[in-house]
Amino acid sequence: MAELYRADVLVSCLHGRSPELVSALKQELDRRGLAGEVKVVETGCRGFCTMGPVLTIQPNGIFYTDVQLADVPEIVEETLVKGRAVQRLLYKEPATRKVIPNYDAIPFYSKQMRIVLRNCGMIDPQSIDEYIAVGGYEALGKVLSSMTPEQVIAEVQKSGLRGRGGAGFATGRKWEHTRKAAGEVKYVIANGDEGDPGAFMDRALMEGDPYAVLEGLTIGGFAVGTQQGYIYVRDEYPLAVQNLRSAIDRAHEYGLLGSDVLGSGFDFDIRIVRGAGAFVCGESSALMQSLEGKVGEPRAKHVHATDRGLWDRPSCLNNVETWANIPPIMNKGGEWFASIGTERSKGTKAFCLVGKVRNPGLIEVPMGITLREIVDDIGGGPPKGREIKAVQTGGPSGGCIPASMLDLPVDYESLTEAGSMMGSGGMIVMDDRTCMVDIARYFIDFLKDESCGKCSTCREGIKRMLEILTNISAGLGKPGDIEVLESLAKTVQLASLCGLGKSAPNPVLSTLHYFREEYEKHIAEQFCPAGVCRALIAYQVVAEKCKGCGLCIKACPQEGISGTARQPHAIDQVKCIQCGACFEVCRLDAIQVVPRSAVTVGSNGGNGYKPVREVVR
Amino acid sequence: MPKIQSLEELRTLRAQLKQDIKARTETSTTITVGMGTCGIAAGAREVMQVFLDELATRAIDAHVVTTGCIGMCSKEPLVDIQQSDGPRITYGNVHPTMVPRIIEEHLIHGNTVQQWVVGQLA
Amino acid sequence: MNAQRVIEIIQGYDGDPTASLAILQDVQRELKYLPREALELIAQQLDMPVGYVYRLATFFKVFSLQPKGEHICKICLGTACHVKGGPLILETMERELGVKAGNTTADGKFSVEGVRCLGACALAPIIVIDDEPLGQMTPDAVVTRVRQLRAGEVVKIPAQMPVKVAVREAVDLSAVPPKG
Repeated sequence: MAELYRADVLVSCLHGRSPELVSALKQELDRRGLAGEVKVVETGCRGFCTMGPVLTIQPNGIFYTDVQLADVPEIVEETLVKGRAVQRLLYKEPATRKVIPNYDAIPFYSKQMRIVLRNCGMIDPQSIDEYIAVGGYEALGKVLSSMTPEQVIAEVQKSGLRGRGGAGFATGRKWEHTRKAAGEVKYVIANGDEGDPGAFMDRALMEGDPYAVLEGLTIGGFAVGTQQGYIYVRDEYPLAVQNLRSAIDRAHEYGLLGSDVLGSGFDFDIRIVRGAGAFVCGESSALMQSLEGKVGEPRAKHVHATDRGLWDRPSCLNNVETWANIPPIMNKGGEWFASIGTERSKGTKAFCLVGKVRNPGLIEVPMGITLREIVDDIGGGPPKGREIKAVQTGGPSGGCIPASMLDLPVDYESLTEAGSMMGSGGMIVMDDRTCMVDIARYFIDFLKDESCGKCSTCREGIKRMLEILTNISAGLGKPGDIEVLESLAKTVQLASLCGLGKSAPNPVLSTLHYFREEYEKHIAEQFCPAGVCRALIAYQVVAEKCKGCGLCIKACPQEGISGTARQPHAIDQVKCIQCGACFEVCRLDAIQVVPRSAVTVGSNGGNGYKPVREVVR
Repeated sequence: MPKIQSLEELRTLRAQLKQDIKARTETSTTITVGMGTCGIAAGAREVMQVFLDELATRAIDAHVVTTGCIGMCSKEPLVDIQQSDGPRITYGNVHPTMVPRIIEEHLIHGNTVQQWVVGQLA
Repeated sequence: MNAQRVIEIIQGYDGDPTASLAILQDVQRELKYLPREALELIAQQLDMPVGYVYRLATFFKVFSLQPKGEHICKICLGTACHVKGGPLILETMERELGVKAGNTTADGKFSVEGVRCLGACALAPIIVIDDEPLGQMTPDAVVTRVRQLRAGEVVKIPAQMPVKVAVREAVDLSAVPPKG
């Protein structure tokens, strides 16, 4: 039945599909009579997002980046017929311009260790055949044919796997609780409500390797003793829903879901439920409320979900990434998994490395790797001429780790100790053009919208913190603000019910802890050194550096820059809205950020400045 | 698709499906077919197709890759076979009918078919 | 409002009250927003108070009680986009269209929404116009795109494939491959 192909062209790109490129490749191969020899495979995310769409040609391992439709004939002629690489499409290291033909030699990949993302970008996520071919469902087969539920749980405990959604609770213990809880009907649930801004690991997994999630969940269902699983998927991820749905259908056809899975007598089914855009629904009790068709408000946790969760029945909820780690653990054993990572944080973790780095993307690294290795080696460091200031992890519940602490190992304890947290895996790199007051304000603004409103400390406390932060960034900060912020933050932390409220002050506390002088500059000196808080800054042309190229004139949305060619230009401070467009385009560093007080402007501040926006949604 | 009833059935199915993704897995053997203009003109495409078919039917673990002209045009189609760290053996004037014997003797029994060899890279 | 269609959607879930969220999502997809009559009809069919349905429809951000414009422009304000200039992109969009985020232009052509993370952070700042993601945006590119849409030009780029727009350079969208 099987057909042997001499080459596979793996096409992957961000939202997992590059349909035009795929059909162009297929057409060209067909035209050249190569359709029977070369297979084109649409795969999930390869993680190297800024380079996409990327093409990997196997078995040679040739890796093409930024492939356009017009490149297709040349790729077919040169690489697929003659076996030669098309030089201009190969990856070039940004720093050295050195060409690296094979993907496994690219630093972005070579420092990574892919366990949970093992299949992402390597197989067609819609094809159960490919998943089985690369070893899929071996773990489930092994579990159902030769292990008891207790043995499965023991193996997970041995692995040391902890929840990948944020808090890092021991997965094996959660499973054991659910198994031992009283009740006939129980549930296993995969949390795919990836609400943290700046994180998309779960999307990549659900889109790029949906069967791994299904297999993990099925094994979990067997271990805790249930016949029903749920996957709660964020509404913003339509392709994840689509791929998971079709995966569930295929799995049914193959007897890998439904009644009598793999002829073992074990019955199990999975339902997909779409979220509806509420960050708080990533919290376990709120998620279960939402699964029941109710408003997603968290409940008090004195009763564990493992005893009374969904519909008041014992429920075992894990993050999508946690579930996808289960099949490799079952295949290779808990001890193998426990051999990777640090003493208390085992295995690997997927991160979304984004923000001010050269190679942003989706990565997976062993626990215990340092932030520096991630940012510099995998991420390629900051863009030219910029300096890293901080790395933000843990989403709105996390914190900012300053550049001076980049040698911190990445594990649950170290990150928490540093005032941040592991979180679901967002890792946002910030440089000297990022203002820490603004970042704190950003997260608090986010949380203000997302607080469900049940606890007054969270609802009101966040709002008041936002007011203070907004004032500080608008130049209205006053002495004592920082102290009020601190006391508000501690109250919200202490008196809120769920994780959202308890961790909401983290962005404020961590930026205050590491970047207090930046807050003070905003208040005392009325200046934002990063040039972000517009009310406090002005842009000025440095006459000695300006060569009069006119780039800034073109870039200015206000038509507020004037000057003749080859003569220093000037910014009209009355028209200027401090958008920074001129600063960004200038190649000669001839635009500088100065305190607002350093320039003369009109009586009204002269700049059309409006108080910092409230995002309406 | 009949439902898979046991781990053994799953493994049997996997063994078949593995052929589909052969190009993405590690193998110890690489068969290189010269596919420059001269190679194609001499019939390299048909030779390669027979290789692919034979490898699939016999479920032999090998990659088939192509390369451009290597300068020995009169001997095209040229086929190189390299097994793990062994020497790279080049067969010349390969005709589709010769392929089964090369596979049988070289790949399965490990004996090069001396009469068709035109060169060897240690 | 097509009441028959709403009833069909509810029947598709066998009138299961726990499917209320899914029903609201499907109705919104069908009608582009949730008119009052639809909420009342759902409440009546599922035998629950209208207030309950209203609470769901206002708690979850995906739902809109207002009709939306012909083109829906979502500007991502996730952390990565924020750090890389998302607010400037939103501001440019607002200035170009003359409406604030959360509103629709008077001619009913454009709705502007600031959204929290579209999950394409490595291509920040990103916007989505009519389900078409555009990565690494610049203010210039926003203006160009909006003007094209306003002029009624159909520059359909493959859905779900973010198109890289050259950073810091004026963008010539005619260079983007047309569909098909």
